[in-house]
Amino acid sequence: MSSGHSTADIQSHIKVYMTVFAALAALTIITVAASYLDLSTGEGILLALTIASVKGSLVASYFMHLISERALITWILMLTAGFFFVLMFIPMASFIDQAQVG
Amino acid sequence: MDIPYTVEERPDTGLFNAKLGVWLFLASEVMLFGGLFSAYIFLRYGAPVGAFHEWGQELNIPLATLNTLILISSSVTMVMSWASLKLNDFKKYKLYMGLTLLCALGFLIIKYIEYTAKFDHHIYPSTNTFYAIYFTLTGLHGLHIIGGMIVLFYFWIPGSKMWDSKPEQFTNRIEIAGLYWHFVDLVWIFLFPVLYLL
Amino acid sequence: MDSHNHHEEPFYRKYIWSTDHKIIGLQYGITSLIFLLIGFSLMMIMRWQLAYPESAVPLVGSIFGEDGMLLPEIYNSLGAMHGTIMIFLGIVPLAVGAFGNYIVPLQIGAPDMAFPKINAASYWCYFVGGVVMMSSFFTAEGAARSGWTSYPPLADIEVGQTMWLIGMIFLITSSLLGSINFITTIIQLRAPGLTWMRLPFFVWAQFVTSFLLVLAFPPLEAAAVLQLMDRVAGTSFFLPSGLVVSGEVLGVSGGGSPLLWQHLFWFLAHPEVYVLILPAMGIIAEVIANNTRKPLWGYNSLVFAVVFLGFMSFIVWAHHMFITGMGTAMSAFFQTTTMIISIPSIIILSAFFISLWGASIRFNTPMLFALAFLPMFGIGGLTGLPLGFAAADIYLHDTYYVIGHFHYVVAPGTIFGLFAGIYYWYPKITGRKMSELLGKLHFWPSLIFMNGVFMPMFIQGLAGVSRRLWDGGLEYAHASGVLHWNEFMSISAWLLGLAQLPFIFNIFYSLKRGEKVDKNPWGATTLEWTAPSPPLPHVNFEKIPEVHRVAYEYSVPGRKRDFTPQTEPKKG
Repeated sequence: MSSGHSTADIQSHIKVYMTVFAALAALTIITVAASYLDLSTGEGILLALTIASVKGSLVASYFMHLISERALITWILMLTAGFFFVLMFIPMASFIDQAQVG
Repeated sequence: MDIPYTVEERPDTGLFNAKLGVWLFLASEVMLFGGLFSAYIFLRYGAPVGAFHEWGQELNIPLATLNTLILISSSVTMVMSWASLKLNDFKKYKLYMGLTLLCALGFLIIKYIEYTAKFDHHIYPSTNTFYAIYFTLTGLHGLHIIGGMIVLFYFWIPGSKMWDSKPEQFTNRIEIAGLYWHFVDLVWIFLFPVLYLL
Repeated sequence: MDSHNHHEEPFYRKYIWSTDHKIIGLQYGITSLIFLLIGFSLMMIMRWQLAYPESAVPLVGSIFGEDGMLLPEIYNSLGAMHGTIMIFLGIVPLAVGAFGNYIVPLQIGAPDMAFPKINAASYWCYFVGGVVMMSSFFTAEGAARSGWTSYPPLADIEVGQTMWLIGMIFLITSSLLGSINFITTIIQLRAPGLTWMRLPFFVWAQFVTSFLLVLAFPPLEAAAVLQLMDRVAGTSFFLPSGLVVSGEVLGVSGGGSPLLWQHLFWFLAHPEVYVLILPAMGIIAEVIANNTRKPLWGYNSLVFAVVFLGFMSFIVWAHHMFITGMGTAMSAFFQTTTMIISIPSIIILSAFFISLWGASIRFNTPMLFALAFLPMFGIGGLTGLPLGFAAADIYLHDTYYVIGHFHYVVAPGTIFGLFAGIYYWYPKITGRKMSELLGKLHFWPSLIFMNGVFMPMFIQGLAGVSRRLWDGGLEYAHASGVLHWNEFMSISAWLLGLAQLPFIFNIFYSLKRGEKVDKNPWGATTLEWTAPSPPLPHVNFEKIPEVHRVAYEYSVPGRKRDFTPQTEPKKG
């Protein structure tokens, strides 16, 4: 196992886990509350996705230990993220491009 | 001759095999859900303006919020069960792993209530494209929960004997299972606002 | 050190539920060769209908009904299943499953794959997927008949597709398990001293291929799930509103888009093209370096080219979709990326050609296939360029030109590469060489008839003959001038089938009668040749080798031998 996981380390990790848990729960409430605000669709989507991204990165960084993970894993995930965004946006872009032609 | 680096880390990568393997698997899972999210965007864009939002009004936000909190809690208990092993506290491990499974079960029960409520109102995947993607995404996510539960249950009772013989490898396995479990949680963190709130 | 558990293994543990990468590689190899034969046979039946429309098919005609004629719906099934079997059950499992499994751990000096049990699971997923696909022929609905691309709305409503989708989910799972295993193995289990730039090019090719599979296959799995939902749960992911089928509006909610399928499908299927070709390029690199007795020319640029190729292959997919009404902006984007991706292919091919320069080439069977690969793949690649431009593609799309183009890439391209690999590594697997005479009897007719089958397709395609016609285009005036080629192509195809007999015979004959050889019959440098032939069960090497050199030290001036194995320590 990774070096530097002494008992004291783990105990300080546990404190971090609890803080992250509180933050996640709070953000969940906030995002639900925000959905009742009178926002435009664009603003609503932006806010909800921003909160979700923050929550997601909290889970990935602390529960999945990505914050202290090896460079190799980070590289693989960055590659994946790149192709993920290609998959998200290029079909949509060609859809929009199409709509203008039609 | 044993396969190298099943337990200890390879010096130049700093990883043991299974950890790299599970991250690659998660990368493929990102692309799997990516394909479905892409479909969501495509269909939402193709639907009449505001239709997806309107169709989504039928969903039960309080129940889904509760489910989100349950799943987040299960992530915490999961990471705590791993930390307990690191602290050599096998009893705590059993406790936290049991709690994780309990949360997962609770999640599925609430999901079941939600599904049946929809069916009672004659809302099916075939109703419109929003419910098509809603049932597909949550259904596939639910399958991931069930798959995870099977693995976690194995490590909770039958597979936990390994702790006595190879504690280090067992801890590694819990870490790997945890990575998968947190990922399933992470997917839900995005599914929840996308399906219920937007 | 020596394996102590393989003596007691019963037969089924050793050969059926084995976790040894070599046995799994052979399982993959044998199964996929059988599937290649089946897929090829389907095509030979279709070629009868194209050469002699509406006449009874000889030999097997009775399967199709009393008059022995190939009905249009059966023709469509055969076409769809030919593509599916050749790609997903034949070439990918042979190139990646068989060669990757058998050779990669040997070439990196590993005792096995990183996850042997997952490796076995990968094979058995593939096997189940294959069984599901094949059994669909015998169901009441029959096999899928919507093309290997399964475009909706046709695939959503046509019979037979459900089995296809279930089969695909198994095959995709198999590929994912396999490729995760390959990447982990290559990263984690390289022998001491085997740094990245000392890896044989074949390993690099498999590495990039595995990444393509891991990241590109899941979106197709997602798409398959969506199509399954459309068929089973009545959703409308790919069905637009108000779709009229057989004169009636379809009773579904609508609101979906067939284009969604095309995006998700080609997001996989374009990288898939490189999944098909890269392992073959890897094999060709090994065979060329070995038989020219020279270092591979431009090893570094080959590596960078193959990595860049893999990366680019994710952003070219919509060049399959120029005629779907995509706007000019997106068309321009995909034309540009498509032209860019041809650069690394050209770098790789040029490096192979330059490697031949000034060499004293050994013309043995693997080398002949490798040499034939170069111009054949070249034709396949160059004829792809017009398809990458929207203006030319609008005319050529869905004609036989497209069929000719990708078959040149895959048939005399990839399959020749795979043949080269089989002849080249057969001595490692069995301890005997394959017969050279039979090998040449296999090679020359194959080369001639391959071109006989596919070259006329360019002529027909340029004349505008559609690729999907049951009668080959009899009803179209513009096709009448080129239809006489159909008979020529069909006869070439059947002769090509005959030309495979020496190969099949050779595999069995050489098992018992082939020339016995030591562990390094070709005088090769890479690690697999330092293991015994066949390598030891489960552990491969007597002891894990240590690597001191780059992969291809051939004919280094001043050395006694014309090759220096990677394991040979450097002096002083």
